[in-house]
Amino acid sequence: MTTQAATSVKKEKEALFSRKNLKLLKDPLNDNNPVTVQVLGICSALAVTVQVKPSFYMCMGVLFVVAMGNVVISAIRNFIPNRVRIIAQLVVVAGLVTIVDQVLKAYAYDMSKKLSVFVGLIITNCIVMGRLEAFAMGNRVWPSLLDGIGNALGYSVILMIVATVREIFGSGTFWGIRLIPSSLYATESSAGYVNNGMMLLPPMALIIVGIIIWVQRGTNKKLIEKPE
Amino acid sequence: MENLLSIFVRSIFVDNMIFAYFLGMCSYLAVSKRVSTAIGLGAAVIFVLTVTVPVNYLIENYLLKKGALKWLGPEFAALDLGFLSLIFFIAVIAAIVQIVEMVVEKVSPPLYNALGIFLPLIAVNCSILGGSLFMQTRDYGSLAEATVFGFGSGIGWFIAIVAIAAIRERIRYSDVPAPLRGLGMSFIITGLMGIAFLSFAGIKI
Repeated sequence: MTTQAATSVKKEKEALFSRKNLKLLKDPLNDNNPVTVQVLGICSALAVTVQVKPSFYMCMGVLFVVAMGNVVISAIRNFIPNRVRIIAQLVVVAGLVTIVDQVLKAYAYDMSKKLSVFVGLIITNCIVMGRLEAFAMGNRVWPSLLDGIGNALGYSVILMIVATVREIFGSGTFWGIRLIPSSLYATESSAGYVNNGMMLLPPMALIIVGIIIWVQRGTNKKLIEKPE
Repeated sequence: MENLLSIFVRSIFVDNMIFAYFLGMCSYLAVSKRVSTAIGLGAAVIFVLTVTVPVNYLIENYLLKKGALKWLGPEFAALDLGFLSLIFFIAVIAAIVQIVEMVVEKVSPPLYNALGIFLPLIAVNCSILGGSLFMQTRDYGSLAEATVFGFGSGIGWFIAIVAIAAIRERIRYSDVPAPLRGLGMSFIITGLMGIAFLSFAGIKI
């Protein structure tokens, strides 16, 4: 019995990218997406999606914090007394976010200005705390890292879709590069294209996420909520 | 006084935590199924914001800001501990939430029973940390301003969650397309409410 358990542990250790581990990475992209299914991390996300570039930086920040936070907490999970675990998690996360904040300030100052308080708000981004509580506290380091990366990517996918839609329709650009030629815009002699100013307003981000949820659940029927 | 009133009204309607900045969306969506629970959580948020924002204001201005340590002596005047603000703020919030929970439990058991389960949740509500961070970036001039801002933001959040809870209680009886049911519809409704709240953006007081 014990030898069997030992071999199974060994086996698990050997396959770094076993099917189970890959599932951790892939699941959050669709079936268990942190934003549209688990409803986590909407807080600090949507306000930065007016343009693609800041959203991308935001995604990278979240990726770093979730992955590293998962690794750190999972590594010390056996030393954290249960009663103070929230504070312990918060301190680890706050330290990581401070690193992201300082790095952004040093190497991408204009982005840091644009993201302003939302970098700090990664601390209370529910994805981070949610994954620490739900996964890292009970799993080993390597699966936790994969889980963190997977969830951050799932979050990034939604963020990038929203940002792309908003930037293209709202300002006619992508990553600051003009997509809709300026000759099309409304002048006296031209076609009279006008940017959809609505897309730049915060509420549109929510409506776009609502539509993404609609499309996702329309194609993936098992996610549909039961009537209350 | 006029200034305080303006901050108060702005923080409720123009810079509403939910509709303008999406802060605290997680608990906003999770706890808005019923009006009664929404009122409980909303009241707890008002309470905690009104306490944490002024405390963090004092910490920011007497501990962390560049030159804030001058009261210790001239040799500390050049010290800038700003990079510690995130850790300090979140620690203060977590500690205050814990203290508030204990005090309320001791002083007023009925209130504790009403807020009870929501208080611990609040430590990780983005709108609480957001309140402190906005206080920092907007650089409010006095303790009174910071307090009023915290209180107003809390009320704005309260209004938003109670409104959506009321709408969700009604929408249960309508025939929403199946994939939109629940979460999707809440997002779209919040977006529409946000558009309605945008009409306050022009207010100048």
